[in-house]
Amino acid sequence: MIKYVLKRLLMIIPVLLCVAVVIFTIMHFAPGDPVALALGDHYTDEQYATMEASMGLDKPFIVQLGIFLKDTFLKFDFGTSFFLKTNVRDALLSRLPRTAAIAAICCLIQIFVAIPLGITAATHQNGIVDKLCIVLAMVCISVPGFWIGMMLILVFALNLGWLPSSGIDHWYSYILPCAANAFMGIGGMTRLTRSQMLEVIRSDYVVTARAKGIPERRILYSHALPNALIPIITHIGTHFATALGGTVVIETVFAIPGVGYYIMQAVGNRDYPIVLGGVTMLALLFCIVVLIVDLLYAFVDPRIRAQYENSGKNKKIRKTAKEATVNV
Amino acid sequence: MSDVTAGIGVLNAEDDVLLRERSWKDRTFFIVLKQFSRNKLALTGLIIIFALILMGLLAPLIAPYNYASIDPVNANQAPSAAHWFGTDSFGRDILSRIIYGARYSLMIGFGSGLFGTLVGVIFGSIAGYFGGKVETLILRVCDVIQSIPNMLLCIIVSQTLGRGIFPTIVALSFYSMPQVVRILRATMLNLREQEFVEASRAINCSNLRIMISHILPNSLSPVIVSFSMTIGMKIMQSAGLSFLGLGVQDPIPEWGAMIAAGRAALRYSPHVVLIPGIFVALVVLAFNIVGDGLRDALDPKLRR
Repeated sequence: MIKYVLKRLLMIIPVLLCVAVVIFTIMHFAPGDPVALALGDHYTDEQYATMEASMGLDKPFIVQLGIFLKDTFLKFDFGTSFFLKTNVRDALLSRLPRTAAIAAICCLIQIFVAIPLGITAATHQNGIVDKLCIVLAMVCISVPGFWIGMMLILVFALNLGWLPSSGIDHWYSYILPCAANAFMGIGGMTRLTRSQMLEVIRSDYVVTARAKGIPERRILYSHALPNALIPIITHIGTHFATALGGTVVIETVFAIPGVGYYIMQAVGNRDYPIVLGGVTMLALLFCIVVLIVDLLYAFVDPRIRAQYENSGKNKKIRKTAKEATVNV
Repeated sequence: MSDVTAGIGVLNAEDDVLLRERSWKDRTFFIVLKQFSRNKLALTGLIIIFALILMGLLAPLIAPYNYASIDPVNANQAPSAAHWFGTDSFGRDILSRIIYGARYSLMIGFGSGLFGTLVGVIFGSIAGYFGGKVETLILRVCDVIQSIPNMLLCIIVSQTLGRGIFPTIVALSFYSMPQVVRILRATMLNLREQEFVEASRAINCSNLRIMISHILPNSLSPVIVSFSMTIGMKIMQSAGLSFLGLGVQDPIPEWGAMIAAGRAALRYSPHVVLIPGIFVALVVLAFNIVGDGLRDALDPKLRR
């Protein structure tokens, strides 16, 4: 098991390196000159040269890439922003909690709304309640989150005046963005929960449990649900991971200074350090969250745990067999 | 004697007709069509999609005003008899803009869905069919693409390629590729071990031919479902991109850009934001419903 974790952790490194190289290359060859953008309309060639040197853009592409990779992966230093002149790592780390909080709250909302909805739909299969849940889930998936956000602003901030329409200064500022962002996830998870529950309810052990006369409630919650939850855990995990970088639009609607908003503005300004550092950090977080989810999977499902342990054993057996043949 | 032969002849002819009829009705396409047309909800979705396509195609005929003609006197008007959906902050008729916008939203949705699916199908088939190092390489590339946050990747690519319809299509299709690759690889892995593939290899079919005419038709159903779901997703994402000021630019009436344009006047003329949003939701909903219906129709387990 530990071997597996280490192997997976090591596999993150090449993926991250590739992400960094790809984004660096895209940004480097993208049209738009950060030096000219920083200097404004009027500048001399001399000014241009000094500015270029101070940004480190005067060196050849390969050298720049090498410096960037060395700083990022060995020193964990993303450099200073071209325009804001601040340390990119500190800025990103100070913004991350807000984005992470929104992503986490959205996941919680999903768990508490979507799983009960999905279970209700599955237990009332083909009934009116089921149809209602399906339609509701479908609508949730189909409505753009930023539009819901604007409608929520219109109703709760502009007309009723209960909640602020922008910024993130108080705890209640999180309510609207999280609500707007959660809709799509709720739809997806309700559908997943429903289909998983339906699959599990049809399985043999549930029939056995029914035959033994166990009350329906208990069958549902202690026999069926734990098994149906396994794929849902993966869904929540990957959803959280993508939400970390996917809240850009919601952050724009509510003017929240989060990671996504920060990176998006930097893309427009050609502020390479922010874009490169931000994307690399988000990719790292994504990989780690996905790894944790996979491990959780093994923790929750004994079958998968057995698979990991067996694969190790099989290798050992094969190894010993190989050695035996060599010895012979 | 002649009667008997005639009888046999008649019998044979009847058999033949029966056989032909059965084979015609047994074709997967018709079974799927029949199954699909039983699903009222999915049919409604399909009708909505066709209506919107028709609306886009006939835009110059049915739009009451020019979508770009500016009329500052009548800016931000609420819906009325002259302007059914009201006017935006430049006094442009929203109904006309919605009608023309169907062209761009559907074009971007279909374009990026098709592009992403096609590239995904090609690489997915290669990965699944050949296996080994090629497969590992392709899957690692997918890992890399998927570990970059979805929306940020779209933003970066569309900033790099510039604004407009084609760059938006490319930017959006980037992210849907890995999913298609994974789907196709999984089905290919399953199919390449089957007897009919072995048989075609035995009669010396080339790899390309086995892939295209033997395996691919058998692995299409999950791709079709993911395609129709992707289109909805892409329309929504393109609205998001336009909302951020990327993607398609102003005089072009893309629905997402229209929502973004109405943001400033949200308090006093909410219809500028409300109406395009409803249309985005409607078209995405229609594609999702059709995708769901297709999945049910293509699933042999649910066939009765």
